[in-house]
Amino acid sequence: MNLSKQQTFSRRSFLKTSALASGGMLISFNLFTACKSDVKPPIDISQLNFNDFNAFIKISDEGKVTIFSPNPEIGQGVKTSMPMLIAEELDVAWEDVYVEQGKLDTKNYTRQVAGGSQSIRHGWEPLRQTGATAKQMLINAAAVKWGVDASECTAKLGVITNSKGETLGYGDVVKDAALLEVPEDVTLKHPKDFTIVGNGAGNVDIDKIITGKPLFGLDYKEEGMVYASVLRPPAFGQELESFDDSKAKAIPGVIDVITIGEKVKDYYKQDEKSWTAQISASNKVAVIAKTTWDAIKGMKAIKAAWKNESPLESTENHDKILFDLLDGDVFKTRRSDGNVKKAFAQADKIIERTYEAPFLPHNCMEPMNFFANVTKDKVHLVGPIQTPEATAIAISSFLGRAIEDIQVEMTRMGGGFGRRLYSDFVFEAAEISNAIKKPVKMISTRENDMSTGVYRPSTKYRIAASIKDGKLTGYHLKEACINGNMYGLIPHFFPAGALENYQVDTTHYKSNITTGAWRAPFTNFLASAEQSFFDEIAEALGVDRVQFHMDLLEKVKQNPNPNIDYNPERLQDVIKLAVEKSHWGKTKAGTYQGFSVYYCHNTHVAEVADITMKNGLPIVEKVTCAIDCGIVVNPLGALNQAKGGVIDGVGHAMYSDFAFNQGVPQSNNFNTYQLIRMGQTPQVDVHFVKRDVAPTGLGEPTLPPVGAAVANAIYKATGKRLRKQPYINNLNLEKVIG
Amino acid sequence: MSTFNLKINNKKHTVEADADTPLLWVLRDQIDLVGTKYGCGIGQCGACTVHVDGNAMRSCLLPISQAEGMRITTIEGLSEDGNHPVQQAWKEIDVPQCGYCQSGQIMTASAFLNQNSNPSNSEIRDAMHGNICRCASYNSIEKAVKVASEKIS
Ligand code: FES
Ligand code: FES
Repeated sequence: MNLSKQQTFSRRSFLKTSALASGGMLISFNLFTACKSDVKPPIDISQLNFNDFNAFIKISDEGKVTIFSPNPEIGQGVKTSMPMLIAEELDVAWEDVYVEQGKLDTKNYTRQVAGGSQSIRHGWEPLRQTGATAKQMLINAAAVKWGVDASECTAKLGVITNSKGETLGYGDVVKDAALLEVPEDVTLKHPKDFTIVGNGAGNVDIDKIITGKPLFGLDYKEEGMVYASVLRPPAFGQELESFDDSKAKAIPGVIDVITIGEKVKDYYKQDEKSWTAQISASNKVAVIAKTTWDAIKGMKAIKAAWKNESPLESTENHDKILFDLLDGDVFKTRRSDGNVKKAFAQADKIIERTYEAPFLPHNCMEPMNFFANVTKDKVHLVGPIQTPEATAIAISSFLGRAIEDIQVEMTRMGGGFGRRLYSDFVFEAAEISNAIKKPVKMISTRENDMSTGVYRPSTKYRIAASIKDGKLTGYHLKEACINGNMYGLIPHFFPAGALENYQVDTTHYKSNITTGAWRAPFTNFLASAEQSFFDEIAEALGVDRVQFHMDLLEKVKQNPNPNIDYNPERLQDVIKLAVEKSHWGKTKAGTYQGFSVYYCHNTHVAEVADITMKNGLPIVEKVTCAIDCGIVVNPLGALNQAKGGVIDGVGHAMYSDFAFNQGVPQSNNFNTYQLIRMGQTPQVDVHFVKRDVAPTGLGEPTLPPVGAAVANAIYKATGKRLRKQPYINNLNLEKVIG
Repeated sequence: MSTFNLKINNKKHTVEADADTPLLWVLRDQIDLVGTKYGCGIGQCGACTVHVDGNAMRSCLLPISQAEGMRITTIEGLSEDGNHPVQQAWKEIDVPQCGYCQSGQIMTASAFLNQNSNPSNSEIRDAMHGNICRCASYNSIEKAVKVASEKIS
């Protein structure tokens, strides 16, 4: 960016303004220092350390506003909703705002991550402050010009007006404003005065998407770029032994065949390894070609021999291992209230159930891919990634290059769901480019993407409840999981705090299959298990399912527990809203309803699924979804995300299965792996609780509860309790693909 | 390698490729029309849908050798500047989430509405069943096809 010499800093603030040599004003702000994940809003801006900036607003001489949005876009609409916050306080017409994806500043950043539904929650206060500060500076500049006091001036829709009714456009005063002191105290709008926030703004890339313009990683091209396809071990536990590339090399478009992996082995010897480096240490064969098709054909023509380096695992063993773990007594206790043992010993009745879920691949619609150009001067990396900063740091030590040499550019992402938190594909692209000294685009085929992924771990929950004198007296949840276990605040979600005797234990089995975050990690299945179980408890107690929940929450309200991570009142409110909007209990004959409620990612959600039966097959007709996520910044985007989460949740609970046999995934494309399609999709009816508090996550929280809503509805229709996902496999039906 | 003459979006293109190369990759890598997307390569997801002589076709399954002489339309050629009723409906409803599947969805929907400009909801659901949207924007797609049909008829 072409800057002139004058710059105005504010030490206590997180803003810097500069006059642009090309005319206009640039406001830089350090969004992500302000938005560390452990900082709870409201953020005390005065405590921020002013260092460097990673987000910018440019106001041109014509008064047009360009916002460089720093957050990766993965379909959460962040690229739209974050700039909306700035534009709201800056007070410009949304139509005059242009949004561009910012480049990663590899020196200073902390939360340039799209994940965990947190982007908006953390950005809420600082983004508004930024817009408001810029507006105040423009007003101050106009006041100086008029020789009046700034308090006599107001600004609206890009125009400043003084008490005499004279006006100046933002563009008229940007040059002067850039030279002024940055004001320390600005007043933010009251939510009721919002004109942009809370009004649906369409996706900023909409015109490009509907006309097919290059936007995604797969679309990125550079002069002289070649394509690479990588042959990876077919089974987890295997490594490359040898290969014959003669057939591949005979393909006219194939340029070269190389082996990669040595650098990964070196990297793994280092002490400091990035958590994003979920990458197999096996050598791999990379086929370099003139076109994608030549590269894919070449990759398929490689004859490779593989050797077993660690045991080849199968779903059958996993099931046995996890059941053995649940039967055993090696657990880590994550939370223990009261005395669960005693409650169970004194119980009149104990209910115990086990819930099971398979591995799941992410299956982003855009398969993993990345562009890399490693040269003497710099390492240029372009593509879809959810963790640009961690990846930049990892690649710098991977290639032994200074961090300043690494330049990461983010493209729009064809889905993330957690998969693009990991940067295995960036390592591969970088190693290839480093070896062949050419700009290269590494592209995974769907088969490679699905069968050499990072998966939602297969998990089993065993939950037990003790009942005494017709009351629920104890609750004991055990988790057995492949590799990871639930973490952080999850054990403090409901029903923590609602029961005197409550315990959460976890245990796991270390597998060589790579696992990691998948949309709403852990809760994506935990909510299904617990909310199905609550249906059974209510039935055993002979009480109304919804009232049972309301009463438990009432108890939490009466006996506040500082050690819980949800708000009982907000949960009650979403329950009431879902009950009202779904006409709970008042549906016509032949429609069966299931209820579920859950809190995660700081958002409270209640859902009711309506199903009908057709030829013995449950059809999810409708899901009513009530959400409390604070202020809804972009209702249009919020609606899309909420609906997407619900349908995604229904789809994976009903249909998606992913098994291993001898280390080999048993599905690798959409003919053997079922994703939900239009004909299986319920209508989703979304309602938001109106609440004027800082917004919370929305990309994830509507997904976890819906599996239980569906299972509970199917129970009403069929009398069959579904405790193992995908449900379709357990309904004695033929598996339906496609 | 052979030479093929293609007619895409009313323009003639001559490309060198192996006869088995799917139209998808010729469009993307050689003609720079990257709006047509790769999702599965086996005809299961619909991300690569184009119009061939007016019919929706999976470009990942169409070898270049068979595409000669056919009238091919991609998302880039569907309208002058994004003003096809289906594109307009997509914008009005704000359908896309990540957006990756959407050019395929639009191409499927526009070919379908050409044959049936006044479809019922269940006809819409059947017609769109072959196109996967991993972001699950299905409710909006369904609505947008309906809106587009009203614009057309
Ligand atoms: S890429 Fe052609 S149908 Fe999926
Ligand atoms: S919008 Fe993301 S796959 Fe359809």
